[in-house]
Amino acid sequence: MHADSLTYIFLNAAIINNFVLALFLGICPLLGVSGKISTAFSMGLATAFVMLISSVSAWLINEFLLHFNLEFLRLIAYIAVIASAVQLVEMTIKKFSPPLYRALGIFLPLITTNCAILGVALFQTNYEYSFSQSLVYSLGAGAGFIIAIVLMAGLREKLELADVPAIARGAAMSLMLAGILSLAFMGFAGLGGGTA
Amino acid sequence: MAANTEKPISLDTFLIGLWRENPVFVMLLGMCPVLAVTNSVVNALAMGLATTFVLLCSTALVALLRRHIPKEVRIASYIVIIATFVTVVDYLIHAISLEIYQALGAFIQLIVANCMILGRAEAFASRNRVSTTLVNSLGMGVGFTIALLCLGSVRELLGAGTLLGIPVFGEGFEPWVIMLLPPGGFFVLGAWLLLFAWVKERQLKQKTAGAGEAGVHAR
Repeated sequence: MHADSLTYIFLNAAIINNFVLALFLGICPLLGVSGKISTAFSMGLATAFVMLISSVSAWLINEFLLHFNLEFLRLIAYIAVIASAVQLVEMTIKKFSPPLYRALGIFLPLITTNCAILGVALFQTNYEYSFSQSLVYSLGAGAGFIIAIVLMAGLREKLELADVPAIARGAAMSLMLAGILSLAFMGFAGLGGGTA
Repeated sequence: MAANTEKPISLDTFLIGLWRENPVFVMLLGMCPVLAVTNSVVNALAMGLATTFVLLCSTALVALLRRHIPKEVRIASYIVIIATFVTVVDYLIHAISLEIYQALGAFIQLIVANCMILGRAEAFASRNRVSTTLVNSLGMGVGFTIALLCLGSVRELLGAGTLLGIPVFGEGFEPWVIMLLPPGGFFVLGAWLLLFAWVKERQLKQKTAGAGEAGVHAR
């Protein structure tokens, strides 16, 4: 696989350099909304959708800013676009599925401060991806986020039945779980790297 | 915002961020930089200082403008204010030390997405005076930096056998490379949280035993 090929970019974002488990982006929802698989999956979908919108917009904005030599406005422009995209998703979910809206609660507006989304926008700029590459990159990142949060929710659902010592309940246990997941994902590290 | 919600400055305004509401260990906010850049003490310190600077400046500005920002667009306004100061820090670090700039990478710009800063702007700065906000933000910033150093020192010590780049263990020490890699971050933070939970439970037990009502708090 060539490092610039679309397949490699997708796999790289989704699995090899998983946004959550290898790059530490989007830890807050990973710890906060991973109690149930169904909620986690919806959260993952919402995040992936915002990622896609903001990645496309960020690419267009970057072209625009580069054209006028306004690179120093990049960060502010990106975050404004992300905040609007989140607002859009929030209104859509509130209209079409009030129960889901309640289940996601405070974590829905907090997608704005999910660093994974800003991360996609910033990394695609740093790597100087073309439009199609950015699109695939954001899709891969979204898929990676869904994989990570659903796996985590699955583990935590099983853990409900286990006898965990009182002091380890909650965040400490979740972090240990995330550590083990991250260890497992390191097994993908060599994938496609040797032939690039 | 009503004037009666404003709190007076006290020692507690500063101390609350250090321990009782420590942004990392208690509130679990701003996890991404906490885990991502703490593979050495220097990186952790740089990140802590940068975040503290952004936190101080942006919450002060929010507190200054709190009567002029319309309620409907407050989150967007806060984010734009924060993004402005992060841009300043980004260029500042780039100018001061290229080495640190490259080590921290995109995580300097990702300070924008640190939920701790937005949280302080929303929960404290929007309803308090500038002076009170500054003291509180300083406490939070110091608490955040200390937490980063806690992680950074353990990870550097075990992962590379050095502290601030100076070898601590002898020649025979085999570095635990895993501590520098992503899983190490999760494990070390998990271990710190375990330690704090253990200390808290012990304190609780001693208290209940002393009051002679053991068993009331038993879970």
